[in-house]
Amino acid sequence: MTKKPLIRVEGLAKRFPEPRGKGMLTVFENLWFSVDPGEFVCIIGHSGCGKSTILNILAGLDRPTEGVVIVGEQALDGPSLDRAVIFQSHALMPWLSAERNIELGVASRHRDWSAARVKEHARRYLSLVHLEGAEAKKPAQLSGGMRQRVGIARALAVEPKILLMDEPFSALDALTRGSLQDEVLSIRRATDQTIFMITHDIDEAMLLADKIVLMTNGPRARIAEIVENTLPADRQRTEMHRHPNYYPLRNHLLEFLVTRSRELAGGVGAEKANYRSPPIVRPVAGETRANGPTDAPTTLVSQSTRSRPDPRRSRPAFPRLVARGDGRTAVLEGSGPPRRNRPFTETQPRGR
Amino acid sequence: MAGSQQLKAAIVSIALLVMFLLAWQVAVSGSGPTQTLDPEYAKLLGQTATQGKSAMPGPLDVGAKLWEHLRSPFYDNGPNDKGVGIQLAYSLARVLLGYGLAILLAVPLGFLIGMSPLMSRALDPFIQLLKPISPLAWMPLALYTIKDSNTSAIFVIFICSVWPMLLNTAFGVATVRKDWINVARTLELGTWRTAFKVILPAAAPTILTGMRISIGIAWLVIVAAEMLVGGTGIGYFVWNEWNNLSITNVIIAILLIGLVGMLLDQMMARLQRYVSYAD
Repeated sequence: MTKKPLIRVEGLAKRFPEPRGKGMLTVFENLWFSVDPGEFVCIIGHSGCGKSTILNILAGLDRPTEGVVIVGEQALDGPSLDRAVIFQSHALMPWLSAERNIELGVASRHRDWSAARVKEHARRYLSLVHLEGAEAKKPAQLSGGMRQRVGIARALAVEPKILLMDEPFSALDALTRGSLQDEVLSIRRATDQTIFMITHDIDEAMLLADKIVLMTNGPRARIAEIVENTLPADRQRTEMHRHPNYYPLRNHLLEFLVTRSRELAGGVGAEKANYRSPPIVRPVAGETRANGPTDAPTTLVSQSTRSRPDPRRSRPAFPRLVARGDGRTAVLEGSGPPRRNRPFTETQPRGR
Repeated sequence: MAGSQQLKAAIVSIALLVMFLLAWQVAVSGSGPTQTLDPEYAKLLGQTATQGKSAMPGPLDVGAKLWEHLRSPFYDNGPNDKGVGIQLAYSLARVLLGYGLAILLAVPLGFLIGMSPLMSRALDPFIQLLKPISPLAWMPLALYTIKDSNTSAIFVIFICSVWPMLLNTAFGVATVRKDWINVARTLELGTWRTAFKVILPAAAPTILTGMRISIGIAWLVIVAAEMLVGGTGIGYFVWNEWNNLSITNVIIAILLIGLVGMLLDQMMARLQRYVSYAD
């Protein structure tokens, strides 16, 4: 990495006083990761691992209990126009027209601009998201997808350094979601906008992200690993599943969400994890490689991808990841033999 | 569909009105001569005694008197005989003054209470205690301290219209969607812009609801207040006409009070529609 990270997250933790208890409930702790300029980073994890809290902290809307977020050279302190947020529920002002919603941010960014200039700027971004003709419409008169487009235009119109998206498409139907993902992809390719997004949709992450941060389940959630997207940069939604890396990547993510995120919940394996540089995994056809960022590479071999030649299985049959190397990823060792009959509802963390 | 429904409703309304007026007319009309009397003596006794006519005026009497009032609403023949238009204008002026002052206090204070949970808790006991007090109970205190009946009436209007506005403003401000506040924060709108461009429009429908309730209460209270303070106003007019034993004028005043109250409410409803938004 020659680029200087735009955002560095260092030792982030969020704890709440337990209700009626004396102790503190740790949502997540020891989070270290960075976002480079122009990078698209997705964070995936189950509900309760504090994804939204992380995004709110990055946005400056929430404060961490421990740790800092460094933007450029400065520790983050409060919200800023440089970090625009696209909210899950679009959060448009219902009393303002689509255009006026966008103008609100533009006028705040450029206090010295004339009203005409603000309007022209807002219109430009409205047409960027293909909403020409909807300028005067109130959010209630727009469809869900169109509202979210206005939300995207509002965020982009302030020309932020980074765009923070909190499950922006989760409330939309599949068709609209797809077209909006394409929209984000094309905008991003055109503008090289740095984006940080929360999702729980694997396909969305694979299509959009360069880097996928995997969170274990809460409480005491942490970053289990960072997966690099091994699909080509010019991937298309309709084509990417033909790429040989598609299923290894997808299976790896899915297997994490289905099994490992739960096994690692509650701080299992945390004592051996290297927080500062979580293992970076590059799932490619044939094997899954994990590179320790500083020293000798750790190689992870996914049994599922090795022993099952048919990669089109969308759900791996409880693959067991065997860690080799420096033991940084030893968390995977104790997963035990394939447990086909283990119910999904089991919540007891499997200790070793 | 909706049009024909409206038409039908209007027809039923008119039919009910006609039935009511007819019943009223029949109820108050005389039963004919009750006994044979010397005409001079009968004249002295009046129609109530001789013709069995009710002392309650019929709709025709009221209509005739109303027409008289409407033809010259603004005459002024001294303290005891002013046009009904002048009396209404006095009442409206007092209401608008007291109500305006209440807005000036209640909306900013409600904003403060809505924004600050601390102030909300701190002021809550006072509001809870003061809110249920009948505004007229303040009258003696107001008369004693202000020493002016007119200003006292305005104060009473002020005190009765302040509570609904205060509580609704506080509630409206406190319940503004967190998302919108967060948007304002990420867009760096600043305190004043957030207050005027986000919180105020977001809470406006709730605030207007409070204002609409308040204007209704103020119009109710002004009649009672003017009965107490006397001098001018539609409330004074009612009481004065009662002392004059002119039931016709009392009925006319009742009708006009209702009419003005309705117009005030409609005005607020229109304002409310203007600031409301579909979410």
